[in-house]
Amino acid sequence: MATLSMIQAINQAMLQEMERDPSVVLLGEDVGHEGGVFRATDGLQAKFGKERVIDTPLAEENIIATSVGMAAAGLRPIAEIQFSGFLHLAFDHLVNHAARMYWRTRGRWQMPIVVRTPAQGGIRALEHHSESMETFFTHTPGLKCVMPSNPYDAKGLLVASIRDGNPVIFLEPTRLYRSAKGEVPEGLYEVPLGVAKVVQEGRHATVISYGGPMKACIDASAKAREKGIECEVIDLRSLSPLDETNEVAKSVMKTGRLVVVHEAPRTLGIASEIMARVNEKAFTSLQAPMKRVTGFDVQFPLARFEDYFVPDSFRVLSAIEETAGY
Amino acid sequence: MPVTKIFSGETYRIQVLDESGNADPQLEPRLSNELLERMYRTMSLCRVFDRKAIALQRQGRMYTYAPVEGQEAVQVPAAMAIGPADYSFPSYREAAFYIARGAPLNKLFEYFMGWEAGQEAPKESRDAGVSIPVGSQTAHAPGAAYAVKLRKGKELAITFFGDGASSQGDFHEALNFAAIYSLPAIFLCSNNQYAISTPRKIQTASASIAQKALAYGMDGIQVDGMDPLAVHLAVSEAAKKAREGKGPTLIEAICYRFGPHTTADDPNKYREPAEAQEWRKLDWPARFQKYLSAKGIWTPEYGQKISEDATKEIEAAVASAEQFRDDPLTMFDYVYNKPTGHTLEQRKELEDEIAKRKAAGLMR
Repeated sequence: MATLSMIQAINQAMLQEMERDPSVVLLGEDVGHEGGVFRATDGLQAKFGKERVIDTPLAEENIIATSVGMAAAGLRPIAEIQFSGFLHLAFDHLVNHAARMYWRTRGRWQMPIVVRTPAQGGIRALEHHSESMETFFTHTPGLKCVMPSNPYDAKGLLVASIRDGNPVIFLEPTRLYRSAKGEVPEGLYEVPLGVAKVVQEGRHATVISYGGPMKACIDASAKAREKGIECEVIDLRSLSPLDETNEVAKSVMKTGRLVVVHEAPRTLGIASEIMARVNEKAFTSLQAPMKRVTGFDVQFPLARFEDYFVPDSFRVLSAIEETAGY
Repeated sequence: MPVTKIFSGETYRIQVLDESGNADPQLEPRLSNELLERMYRTMSLCRVFDRKAIALQRQGRMYTYAPVEGQEAVQVPAAMAIGPADYSFPSYREAAFYIARGAPLNKLFEYFMGWEAGQEAPKESRDAGVSIPVGSQTAHAPGAAYAVKLRKGKELAITFFGDGASSQGDFHEALNFAAIYSLPAIFLCSNNQYAISTPRKIQTASASIAQKALAYGMDGIQVDGMDPLAVHLAVSEAAKKAREGKGPTLIEAICYRFGPHTTADDPNKYREPAEAQEWRKLDWPARFQKYLSAKGIWTPEYGQKISEDATKEIEAAVASAEQFRDDPLTMFDYVYNKPTGHTLEQRKELEDEIAKRKAAGLMR
């Protein structure tokens, strides 16, 4: 297996799916000759032509609206929104149409749309370039939402998303594009949507996250282990559908302690849902109050204060120690 | 008669200074020497600011910046053709406009150095903060113009945007609203030919952006955006019209983005260097110097002095911005007009965490 960066894995998934299925098209701002601002679509216009890799006018709402029409008429569009903060401009068509067309047509029209967009912080960018917006999408029936934390999952989840037949918001942690490297199979494979992955086994506490902060969780877990606390670390990977095989509840039944970590602002974030589910499915196993480590309920800070916002291993380790010492 | 003509329209372009800096005698606005000098000095300062900003980013002393070079002759004369009480809604590539409006240079550097406090402006300022979602700010100008009209004020609202923004729904909705209610608004498009890598021809099949005004029932005009006198003339006339209650104007200023989209972009991937060389022939410094020289204002020594003063001013601002420090707890200060209990709780949480990190010797 080749070692790829996350951006290479994403590029390869699109390239191979476009080779396999002529109905897959790409559209977005600067995705053609430029290959996207992060080069995710590098080389794809040269290979598949301008008709299948479409440079759009600068209009995010139109990119998503056009994708809805394309999906209605049998294409499988992959739309790139340059930065997640600009996806807000397209919210109307995502929520009012992409998420509802299947319902509205009583199943006549599926909406096989993938909306890829960089997400989360860590790159010292300007305003609107670092947002974690997953709560909006997971709160919208009809939309699916995934966020990989490594190249293997990125490729497999993207392939599964392209083939899924529902609109999938595919959030790519920008800081991992080049920093996350890993072995990726040459051929096509799917990582199923809705299945969380236990990335490290442990018996004293369960640590849950997804996307960018997975690294902080793994680092914190290694430090906790030095102090005799063995953490079970779970990568949710898919946020809607969320943990359909109940990996979180199963783990909490074993460990009795839970720390949920996400970069998105706290209020009504993914942690709220995870904790509610644990309350429903594993309440009697809990030996300590569940803890969450999240971004604050503030506008994502400009560069200088970014590190005070984004959860790091210090913050995660503090939470692990608090729950373990309860 | 079953077939009747229902509309015809024409759109014009104006240029005051020709490529060699000679003014058209009919169009030449009779601006005072004081204003001409201020314009030249400010535009020169903006170019020094811009190049310094890029250099600082390249040296790792500043974060992402959106260069202005090639668009100073749009932003500075426009700022000088409106009044201090007028509202403005700029985009993210309007450093020269903010400078011409009197924004402290150190604050601009602080902003691009990643300090939220760099967004501070004097309380009386009517300039909106930097708007990054492309085209979105265009739709705020009609709202502000409506408010002015409702209270029978004489101010106007101006918004700046680029060729890319003309593809956004907000732009079209903004023109439509402003024209329907005949609002005192100016839409100033800096058509710099590119939206990152995407050339103007992929934004619109129209021959110009200016002509789009016609479809909304308002005036549109194209100007040479590297000609400060043409821009000043067009904005002054649009402002006069706005204040007389005669409605909005769309101005398309033709210019060129000599630099990258932002410091994170490499334009060599999508355009030939020869293209920039052609546009450089139209760049404002030589043309404006020629004009000012004919007026007896500009001499090589005068130009040299302006340039040296600008460099000193910029260096002082950079030195000040690089000294700036702020407390991370201020991230909670402007979430709401009064902090909620919830905000204060999280503020305390971060304060405790910082203390804990300091105690552990892990302060970042």
